[in-house]
Amino acid sequence: MKSLSVQNLLGIKHLKKEDLDLIFETADHFKEVINRPIKKVPSLRDITIANLFFENSTRTKLSFELAEKRLSADIVNFSAGQSSLKKGETLIDTVNNILSMKVDIVVMRHPNVGAGVFLSKHVDAKIINAGDGTHEHPTQALLDSYSIREKLGDVAGKKVVIVGDVLHSRVALSNIFALQLQGAEVKVCGPTTLIPKHIESLGVKAETNLRKALEWCDVANVLRVQHERMDVKYFPSTREYTQLFGINKEILNSLNKEIVVMHPGPINRGVEITSDVADSDQSIILNQVENGVAVRMACIYLLAEQIKR
Amino acid sequence: MSDKILLNSKEIKIILHRLACQLIENHGDFSNTVLLGIQPRGTFLAQRLGKLLEEEYNIQNIKLGLLDITFFRDDFRRRDAPLEANTTHVDFIIEDKNVVIIDDVLFSGRSINAALSAMQSYGRPKQTELLCLIDRRFSRHLPIQPDYRGRQVDVINNERVAVLWEENDGKDAIYLTTND
Repeated sequence: MKSLSVQNLLGIKHLKKEDLDLIFETADHFKEVINRPIKKVPSLRDITIANLFFENSTRTKLSFELAEKRLSADIVNFSAGQSSLKKGETLIDTVNNILSMKVDIVVMRHPNVGAGVFLSKHVDAKIINAGDGTHEHPTQALLDSYSIREKLGDVAGKKVVIVGDVLHSRVALSNIFALQLQGAEVKVCGPTTLIPKHIESLGVKAETNLRKALEWCDVANVLRVQHERMDVKYFPSTREYTQLFGINKEILNSLNKEIVVMHPGPINRGVEITSDVADSDQSIILNQVENGVAVRMACIYLLAEQIKR
Repeated sequence: MSDKILLNSKEIKIILHRLACQLIENHGDFSNTVLLGIQPRGTFLAQRLGKLLEEEYNIQNIKLGLLDITFFRDDFRRRDAPLEANTTHVDFIIEDKNVVIIDDVLFSGRSINAALSAMQSYGRPKQTELLCLIDRRFSRHLPIQPDYRGRQVDVINNERVAVLWEENDGKDAIYLTTND
């Protein structure tokens, strides 16, 4: 069996197609494990993992925690709100203090771009990036591709449109890298103000007409409007955004095919997606969440495998 | 490298029939018994025995599962090569059932130890037995012995037992191979 070509999971940009295949194959086995009556395997019983969340998270944190527990790892959790960061400690000091308690793997979410790469150069542990600012969120992109693969059989040759706040989205960038690596075509769609200026240099076309984008695609990955990252107004009103870029049942029914709808969560119901779409058969939002645990188990397992005793 | 044949296809056939009869002796109509083949190499033997029991001994509805033990092994991170996982296919619960674990070669006993842990994910069996085709004597690392064995052999350290199956390798045969 192969091993991952990387020592840390910092971003999809560092991965090869073979790495993605290996992660998905391993995730298939773990998906079977988490559907057993007893959903736990003892593989990582001598591994300790620290979950460092310097930015709020519900789903990702829960998903990582569950994945680690299903693999029998010991875990410690840390949230920035209750930490000594407020007392002026630096990131490296915080992490080194945690590592001196013999931690093998660090899962980190951080508001600053490149925090994972920075950490990997300065501390002696495996780093998994659980989101760094507006840069990358590799495990989300992996579980998105895994869910497309599960629903449509393959990712290669599929047309995927990423709709919404692409500018502030780490999910979008990681997804673009992951989908292109597997041979899918990617477009982004949203208000001009929320599409990064040089997006076409990534080989991605931008579309401002939602209907055209949906008619073109097989899969629509709908992003959340990230109000908390918006320091200025990017569009006149939420109502106008919803009218132009909100996915609703009418627009989906008017297409001549049935597309797959995805959302990385959390959903602003009635803003970027209506409830009837989010809860419909076309949506694989809850499959994404289930697959998230299996895919994260695979990533953690494959990185832990490189830690020799 | 030299090969010595331990069992040919005719001998394997006779042994499979004997093992099937021994299973029937203890498990009757298999109404409360399940067979668990250990992935990857034990599954051929398990499927062969399942087929034999159904076709030659007219026992219907045999529950047969294929169990992968990769994530339960005790040598994760202790080997040079990464462990390769296989598919698990167990579509029943083993709670209160008689379980027969089936593997081709019993060597150190560590795989069986992992299988005993792995199968607990599917419930608490009433009783567990072990069936193996080849029992390598004097090589155990754990106190594990088979309840049904095809052939007991003495194998020294640089020798290996290779079990070939018609459905996978083109013929039924068991070789003793020596790495010189």
